[in-house]
Amino acid sequence: MTILTLTDLSKRFGSQTALDAVSLSVSAGERVALLGHNGAGKSTLMKLVLGLMVADDGTIELAGHAPGSAVARSLTAYLPENVAFHPSLTGRELIRHYLRLRGQDPRGADALLERVGLGAAARRRIGGYSKGMRQRVGLAQALIGAPRLMVLDEPTSGLDPISRRDFYALLDELAGQGTAILLSSHALSELEARTDRILVLSQGRLVAEGTLAGLRRQAALPLSVFLRARPGQGAALAIAFPEAMVEGDVLRLSCAPPDKLAMLERIAARRDLVADFDLSPPSLDDLYAHISGRAA
Amino acid sequence: MLRRLLSTAGLEFRIALRNRWVAMGAAMMVLFSLVLSAAGAAPAGGLAADPLSVTVASLVSLAVYLVPLIALLISFDAVAGEAERGTLPLHLTYPLSRWELLLGKLLAQLGVVVLAVLAGYAAAAAMAFATGGLRAAEGLAALWRLTWTSALLGAAFLSLGHAVSALSRRASGAAALAIGLWLVMIVLYDLGLLAAIMADDGGRFTTQVFPWALVLNPADAFRIFNLAASEAVDAASGLAGAASSIAIWKPLASLILWPVLAAGLARLSLARVMP
Ligand SMILES: Nc1ncnc2c1ncn2[C@@H]1O[C@H](COP(=O)(O)OP(=O)(O)O)[C@@H](O)[C@H]1O
Ligand SMILES: [Mg+2]
Repeated sequence: MTILTLTDLSKRFGSQTALDAVSLSVSAGERVALLGHNGAGKSTLMKLVLGLMVADDGTIELAGHAPGSAVARSLTAYLPENVAFHPSLTGRELIRHYLRLRGQDPRGADALLERVGLGAAARRRIGGYSKGMRQRVGLAQALIGAPRLMVLDEPTSGLDPISRRDFYALLDELAGQGTAILLSSHALSELEARTDRILVLSQGRLVAEGTLAGLRRQAALPLSVFLRARPGQGAALAIAFPEAMVEGDVLRLSCAPPDKLAMLERIAARRDLVADFDLSPPSLDDLYAHISGRAA
Repeated sequence: MLRRLLSTAGLEFRIALRNRWVAMGAAMMVLFSLVLSAAGAAPAGGLAADPLSVTVASLVSLAVYLVPLIALLISFDAVAGEAERGTLPLHLTYPLSRWELLLGKLLAQLGVVVLAVLAGYAAAAAMAFATGGLRAAEGLAALWRLTWTSALLGAAFLSLGHAVSALSRRASGAAALAIGLWLVMIVLYDLGLLAAIMADDGGRFTTQVFPWALVLNPADAFRIFNLAASEAVDAASGLAGAASSIAIWKPLASLILWPVLAAGLARLSLARVMP
């Protein structure tokens, strides 16, 4: 079931086009990541979805309702980019307040904070929280009332790898219960392959879309192959693989994905020269640089 | 509606307590009230008025400066601070209307102003009773009038602070605007009127425009209403003499309308904010 549909959405600030005819849809239980450099238009898209801004062109439908309408608000949760809650309040006071705003029992605050791993810090002031803990407070408020759509603006930027993993585990759980999740990031490596679909935004335009594996296939970036010579065979190995570059005490070759098996056969044929080899796929950052570079 | 408003107010009041706004406002009011009533007690000795009424007359000229100042100081951050922290867009995605957000903050901050004012006036009243004995009880009506009009004056300037806060994107800009507003409305306005009266020398301005100009400014309306009602003479203000001819309902209406008008202004300027 489709929760969110954007059709030909455009937004301009003066002469600058922040979003240019973007169309997309998000279904229940789906985790969709918006990927793009700073200024690509991710936050603008989210604010349009939330009804905080009005689009210049195009339409948005949120479970059949207009963005910002009372029903749409009650179905949606939001975690703004770099949100900083008032440092004088405790996590518990804040979540109790947000529960009341949503018409829910404030006694649910402790359970929510427990769920994001802040049970022990609930009665301490937010001013003393770490960046990761503050982000969890933001996540706790977004969990209120089992929203149908969660809009999370760069939720994992600045989080350490452990917090990030916990965060994605929580998203998996939510998606499992049918919540549609739209999150943004400026680094493909931060997504940890934990999303169902990736949409790449560049200068307000949607330039690529697909699963991580699909994007990898489309990009067809070469793999790197590293060869280590047996003692005394360095020169012979360099002659056997003339296209290789010397990097320290190893040789480095690049290999297009369809040639992988052929490359392995070549290496196996010269096992008299090769002591060891390694094969590494293109990094996520390389992949992202390729996709956004091609778009520019 | 009420639940969301009250929850917002509760949270804001807690923040005000922890930021020491309550303590600082009360300390400021108590300090100035005590200094003023100590200084004001001596020359008033010859008048027939009771000691509390005399104290109230000098508290009026204190409140006219301090109440707007305290109100602006605690309100300028309301919208700009939230915009800076990023909680404003979040609040606006909740089922919370912009009115509820503003009125919740207003309610909490009005509580702070009222507490500060009560502390100051109570200290001054205690001193009047200590020096003048039970005769001071005659001034209780004037003190009560001073208290509720101070709350109205505070509410007007709190909402003006919210309007200023919504107009500027940053808290620092809002602070500068708030101080500027105080200077213009409280200090320069009266100086300007005085200068105009001198230049006019009893002409049309003095008889036609001036009374309205006084009533239109909430701080002047506050002063006129309190002084006229208590029939005391405010030696500190050169405007009071000329103001004695103004019908009392005019400043009262101004004092009641200003908080409403200012809240409307705050709402309009919040509507312009695109978070
Ligand atoms: N309120 C605004 N006023 C003017 N320009 C804006 C505003 N918000 C965003 N922009 C511009 O729109 C573009 C997209 O911004 P944004 O959506 O914040 O990008 P991202 O979140 O991907 O970093 C940027 O060039 C930014 O400068
Ligand atoms: Mg952004």
